[in-house]
Amino acid sequence: MSNLISYAFKKAKSEKRPALLTYTVAGDSSKKQSLEILKSISKKVDILEIGVPHNTPVADGSQIQTSSYRAIKNGIKVNDIFKIVKDFKKFDKYKPVILMGYYNMIFQYGENKFLRKCKISGVNGLIVVDLPWPENKKFASKCKKKSIFFIQLLSPTTTKNRLKNIIKDSHEMIYFISMLSTTGGKLKVSSKEILFNYDKIKKINPKKNVVIGFGITEKTIKSLKKADGLVVGSAICREITNSLKKRQNPVTNVYNVVNRLKNKIK
Amino acid sequence: MKLKKGIPVIDQGDKLGFWGGKFGGNFVPETLKKPIEDLEILFNKLKKDKKFINERDKYFKNWVGSPTRFIKLENLTEHVGGAQIWSKVVSDANGGAHKIYNATVHCLLAKRSGKKVICGDTGAGYAGKMLSMAAKKFGLKCKIFMGVKDIQRQQPNVRAMKKNGAEVIPVYSGSQTLVDAVSECMRYWVANCDKVAMCVGSTVGPAVFVRICGWSTSQISRELKTQLVDEFGSIPKKLKLYNCVGGGSSSFGFWNEFMDYDKKQCEFIGVEAGGPAKSKKHAAPLTYGSKIGILHGAAQYVNQNTDGQIEETESISAGLDYPGISPLHCFLKDTKRARYIAASDEEALNAYKLVTKFEKLKPSLEPSHAFSVAIAEAKRFSEDTIVVVNSCGDAYKDRAIIERRLGKKYV
Repeated sequence: MSNLISYAFKKAKSEKRPALLTYTVAGDSSKKQSLEILKSISKKVDILEIGVPHNTPVADGSQIQTSSYRAIKNGIKVNDIFKIVKDFKKFDKYKPVILMGYYNMIFQYGENKFLRKCKISGVNGLIVVDLPWPENKKFASKCKKKSIFFIQLLSPTTTKNRLKNIIKDSHEMIYFISMLSTTGGKLKVSSKEILFNYDKIKKINPKKNVVIGFGITEKTIKSLKKADGLVVGSAICREITNSLKKRQNPVTNVYNVVNRLKNKIK
Repeated sequence: MKLKKGIPVIDQGDKLGFWGGKFGGNFVPETLKKPIEDLEILFNKLKKDKKFINERDKYFKNWVGSPTRFIKLENLTEHVGGAQIWSKVVSDANGGAHKIYNATVHCLLAKRSGKKVICGDTGAGYAGKMLSMAAKKFGLKCKIFMGVKDIQRQQPNVRAMKKNGAEVIPVYSGSQTLVDAVSECMRYWVANCDKVAMCVGSTVGPAVFVRICGWSTSQISRELKTQLVDEFGSIPKKLKLYNCVGGGSSSFGFWNEFMDYDKKQCEFIGVEAGGPAKSKKHAAPLTYGSKIGILHGAAQYVNQNTDGQIEETESISAGLDYPGISPLHCFLKDTKRARYIAASDEEALNAYKLVTKFEKLKPSLEPSHAFSVAIAEAKRFSEDTIVVVNSCGDAYKDRAIIERRLGKKYV
């Protein structure tokens, strides 16, 4: 199975740099603006993660919570999110898009219907924060049938045996959570330690593209350059919040942050 | 879906932690898989360990104060006419509510696992207060997450927690009530699970927390069973057990030992919070047919919109103000072992008025919901029917609300 996500990693590798992945919440601060943000950062980013906002997020820190509540308050619905992806893909057909969210949203929509809509709107991968392995086995194989990557998560607490099993069942991309934290926490372990854990994962199967997320900012991104990919989420959500506070344009400000991030890993 | 006999309900889940194949489970971030598994191994081992059980019983007896009273409400019975109305006064327990059982067991487990800090959520403040008491007793540091709205309306319990040395962390997100407190507590655990133990305050959350809590509160029905035999010579032929249901910890504990009896002999009636009579919002997912969804790591009936966003609840009682319900109760509902019904804020207040008028008992607003339905139904039953209401909390914490709604003379 191969999809746009694989090409994005190949391209980054050919340029001898990690892939840059961004996370923004769909509908933050409005449907229109979140689409504009995606369009503006698209050429700097390799893979776009789009958050499906949920109002009881058990793994998100305050930045992403704020973005999510803002989007929900502004009326975002699951169908709007598919529309945003579809509209974005009209603008940039080849940029891979991953939806990231909590399982209840998929469960209520219906797994099969959700995947059909993903396919139609051009979603290339899914991250479901609270559907761990082995609970996700069935859903992951449904994703595979539709050539959508189901992205498994690994954490520093994942035991060795579990690592092996999850990697075996994973598709081409894996998401490694850098530390014990909710999203947006301050990086409380050294990049050396993170990369040590990263290497353990790569050793089990070097072919998998492993991205590192949680705690990655303009300050920390360079030190983790060795990874296949790096995800920045909360730092971007924070930028949107700050821009709104200062009555500045979030689209330009987010673009600037992403541009600086990209320059640090070139 | 079938309830098995001879196996504790907490142990009737499948390998992945689902009761009836669809309620419960472990919908948690990867980071929590390991600490949850560790806790499962520890709990499964200790619940069969005689030494541990003796230790638990020792603390339940000497510190919690077991057994709590089982009393006949003579005047109320006479006033209502019909069935005999009795109460299991669980609010006799140290701290004034059933939450002490779960808090004690979690602290004992935390000690065994070598953790020095314990965190917990609270709505009415009882779970938090009891956890702070138990933490103090067992020498653990304690952090309590509580919604800002609940902090405002349950001040006596907040003061108690602080007095016990706990840090009360206000939660500003979402509806600022129990649901957000549980989320924030879980988030804190995600970030600190290597050093901190978590206590979920009710029979909710990932499967192991449902099981630990149910195992702990079952002390209530163990006591009641003995007390019934002492009083009547055997388990009465027509027994009806009324209990309020928020997360579902007191009701599950109140019923557990009677699970294998035919429901014609021992009927279970769970009373959910219907919210203000004029409001569409409620905290009664079972009564009003909410759909199955995922909340705080478990599949359950939960108030939500069509998109899967969890809906805000409304109830006068902070302890019942939760959009979901224990997977155990979903299971008991679908197997038809228990019956669920809702009482409104106003009905609970009226029941409180009636109980306090006739008896020396001040049930908090949570059990007042159960009293409301028990009183209404008792009228229709014969004299040999034994109605027992679990008075699982004391109204001290509700003084401000009761004074505002009913006037000073009811406080």
